[in-house]
Amino acid sequence: MPADLLLEIGCEEIPAKMLARQLLDLPALVEKRLADARLGHSGVRALGTPRRLAVIVRSLVDRQPDLDEEVVGPPVSAAFAPDGSVTKAGQGFAAKNGVDPASLAKREVAGKKGLYAVALRSVVGQDTRGLLPALLADVAKAIAWPKSQRWGWSETTFVRPVQWLVALFGGEVVPLVWAGLTAGRQSRGHRFLAPGAVEIANAERYVDALREAKVIVDPEVRRDVVKAELSRLERETGLRVRADEALVGEVIHLGEYPVGVAGQFDPAFLEVPEEVIVTAMRTHQRYFALEDASGKLANRFATMMATVVKDPVVVQKGNEKVLAARLSDAKFFFAEDRKKSFADWNKKLDAVVFQAKLGDAAKMIGHKVRRIEQVAAQLAVGIGADGSLVRAAAQACKADLASGAVGEFPELQGVMGRHYAKHAGMPAEVAVAIDEHWWPKGQGAALPITGTGALIALVDRMDTIVGCFAVGLEPTGSADPFGLRRAAIGIWQILLSRPDWAALWTPLFEASRAALAEQGVELKNTTALEEFFRSRLRGIFADAGIPAQDADAALAQEFRDPVDARARATAIARIPKEAREVFKRVANILDDARGKQLAIGDTVDPARFVAEGNVEHRLHAAVREAQAREVDARKRRDYPAVFESLVQLQPTVAAFFGGSGDKGGVMVMDPDPALRDNRLALLQGLVRPYMEIADFRKLGGAA
Amino acid sequence: MYLQDLIFTLQKYWADRGCVVEQPVDVEVGAGTFHPATFLRVLGPEPWNAAFAQFCRRPSDGRYGENPNRAGAYYQFQVGLKPSPLHVQDLYLDSLRAIGLDPAAHDIRFVEDDWESPTLGAWGLGWEVWCDGMEVTQYTYFQQAGGIDLMPVTCELTYGVERLAMYLQNVDSMYDLKWDKNVTYGQLRKPWELEYSTYQFEELQPAISFASFDTYESECKRLLARTKGGEPAPLVLPAYEFCMKASHAFNCLDARGAISVTERQRFIGRVRGMAKACAETYVASRARLEFPLLPPHLRAQAVAAYRGAGEAGVNASALAAARAVAPHAEEITHAG
Repeated sequence: MPADLLLEIGCEEIPAKMLARQLLDLPALVEKRLADARLGHSGVRALGTPRRLAVIVRSLVDRQPDLDEEVVGPPVSAAFAPDGSVTKAGQGFAAKNGVDPASLAKREVAGKKGLYAVALRSVVGQDTRGLLPALLADVAKAIAWPKSQRWGWSETTFVRPVQWLVALFGGEVVPLVWAGLTAGRQSRGHRFLAPGAVEIANAERYVDALREAKVIVDPEVRRDVVKAELSRLERETGLRVRADEALVGEVIHLGEYPVGVAGQFDPAFLEVPEEVIVTAMRTHQRYFALEDASGKLANRFATMMATVVKDPVVVQKGNEKVLAARLSDAKFFFAEDRKKSFADWNKKLDAVVFQAKLGDAAKMIGHKVRRIEQVAAQLAVGIGADGSLVRAAAQACKADLASGAVGEFPELQGVMGRHYAKHAGMPAEVAVAIDEHWWPKGQGAALPITGTGALIALVDRMDTIVGCFAVGLEPTGSADPFGLRRAAIGIWQILLSRPDWAALWTPLFEASRAALAEQGVELKNTTALEEFFRSRLRGIFADAGIPAQDADAALAQEFRDPVDARARATAIARIPKEAREVFKRVANILDDARGKQLAIGDTVDPARFVAEGNVEHRLHAAVREAQAREVDARKRRDYPAVFESLVQLQPTVAAFFGGSGDKGGVMVMDPDPALRDNRLALLQGLVRPYMEIADFRKLGGAA
Repeated sequence: MYLQDLIFTLQKYWADRGCVVEQPVDVEVGAGTFHPATFLRVLGPEPWNAAFAQFCRRPSDGRYGENPNRAGAYYQFQVGLKPSPLHVQDLYLDSLRAIGLDPAAHDIRFVEDDWESPTLGAWGLGWEVWCDGMEVTQYTYFQQAGGIDLMPVTCELTYGVERLAMYLQNVDSMYDLKWDKNVTYGQLRKPWELEYSTYQFEELQPAISFASFDTYESECKRLLARTKGGEPAPLVLPAYEFCMKASHAFNCLDARGAISVTERQRFIGRVRGMAKACAETYVASRARLEFPLLPPHLRAQAVAAYRGAGEAGVNASALAAARAVAPHAEEITHAG
């Protein structure tokens, strides 16, 4: 009878992010091992807390199905001697598959020539119970952690030392042996609230048995509890928890039994910018910020304990004391920083390395700032931006990296610069641009709103990308230590959001390249960089739901203007399949001709139109008509309209090639070179205007 | 609980569980991890359990005695358990109970904090232990030291003495702590903080520290390369002392702002070079002494395994020696 399987690995505290990842990854790992072992089931689910990682398999079959299979071995010529007896190789193959050599069959094998020796294996399904100990040990060993460790004398590696194992199949213990431990049915309760063993009868009882021992093993239930606790604290304080799903997602993995507690801090700290307070609370202490009805930060916080304590006020006071120390540091830095000037900080940045490989004349952040200023000022002219604002923002954009507050809270880069710039009396646009030049800060994050911020954001990123490519630091495989992919995606997102700047990529790239070259960093070959940018844009198009083929067809021609490329890629959907195919065919014929070293001319000579039924004349006329009617649409870059015109050509082109049933039609590659070249020129005249929009060879359909 | 009673209690607690109560090392160090009782003892197959308070100097953290939580020097209570017993967490929580921190009254949590020392070529995984949101202990399972893979693994517990005492005495500034019934931490430490902050930030002469660093480094190398009668005869313990002194000279120069960002990496690399060389020489010297802290009946097989792996280098040899005795782990002492 099928039954549920439970595996619980008891462990010392697993880091929150790693636990969250594992809860997502573990079911797939278990499903894979069960599939490999031909064991059916009705679903796998991972559960866990910082102190345990568990997986439950529902309705796992109690026996593998029997299996009849044919295993293909060596060719008959190798497996059998000329006299028909089985050779050494044949015997070895039979032994390996556990069959009698006399039973080897001779079969044809799909995709191969000649006959092959085939072993007919009949495998009797094994009992699940017998398979599980090894299977579960394999699962435990295969769990991948970003960092793992050894402990004591053990050779086992795991995220933290393993403390106990529970493995039950339908209420019976699976004698799994791993990490120096043998599995049983004894789990453990909450470290402080229910210390000691918890007997688990079977997988069905697991969640409830632990719940009784003050362990909420289902992470989604913990999420509900955390949210309920936050609501309770909102009611008690009359304030609102500032929404922070990412923090909730982390906090649910910081304890087995979350209980909320609120605290407060001296309102005098509120003179420090909100972002500093929220960051100090959030990243260092995992506290939730509270705000009043108008959204203004209150001098209160909410946090989750991992246990029930005798007197929550003790814990509250303790947390308040820690926060007060952190906020005094923040206040100290904020006060000290305001005594400094942007010039002081920029001077420091002259000695801070941005990228050592760029060489002594270009490697410091100070060098980068000067490049940003030079390139941004140069581009400002072309886009009608205020050059003096752009220069001021460029000079100031990195200064806060040298400030005390950013040293303490690196995630506040830009934010502190904005505050300090305002304090220093800089124009509002400059202050905001300092902050916004780091935007977008991630996928789906906000884009710069001010033109100055957007421009600096583009220049900064392009400088990083060109510089890294120039010194061989381009991303490889999944490794992208300098975040170049993210930087390129940021550039495209900003350009796509500003249609007026769509043509800015080329001047941006050229100016960045020139500025780096002046500091001795030469990007010699642009191909890899262009391909890199093209791929990022392809990814953005894919995320926007544009079919990969259409994106490829559009980007194969030109990618530098992303707005135009997007318009071309989306317009391709307007072309019906038949038209795509016929144009792809024409493009391929022209490719073949080029492959044969034929020079394809531009001039078409109607005197050489000799084919039956006047198809050449008709196509020639149709092409000229199409070009005439497309003039306006092309001027407007109205690609859907151009493609609608293309669709009208399709019957004439089809007739040229003979239409359906291959009656009549023209043979392009005529034995007479003069006729052949004339036809090639006609076809080239037909497709070239459309190929500039999309490369039809990249589209699917018949060749 | 007075600050000195906190130290007495922890010493007694860990002595009762099999730890040697060592004394602080008499050289300037930035952390108890630099103490030879930690850095050198974690290497190789021999068991070692030790506990001690260490005066630690962090010149950059000096605040002229004005910051209630940060200072240019402070005390760590350091415990090293090799091999790490499976119940270290329980032992640790009991030590908190011993000093009067009842886990039933507080929110005690183990929050991820992986440890790495670029100067020692060392890293480990573990947590910072939080008591009501405050970090009170660094808890680390050492995986590597001086670039050598560690087996058995040492568990290092580093208690922040001032923080724990501030908690227990319910004071907001470390300078208000009672050292004993008559003397406060401020009376003892504040003049030192003021003078040393002034010295480190304003008066320290970089040229002297730069020269010292070079001297310490060359002495360290010379002592490791020492020969007698044509045979290698390194003096690893004095050599390591020069490594500690060089590390402190670097910390002083760093606090004085005398080292640029690029230079910084190079200096760290130089200290790491010394630490690695000392670590390798130390393991070899323990092998020559035939791993005296192993139980007598296991020493021969550890030494044989170590020598058997000879060509593969110190790291492989140390692992081989440990693996030779690992099946007898139950016959080897551990704390608890």
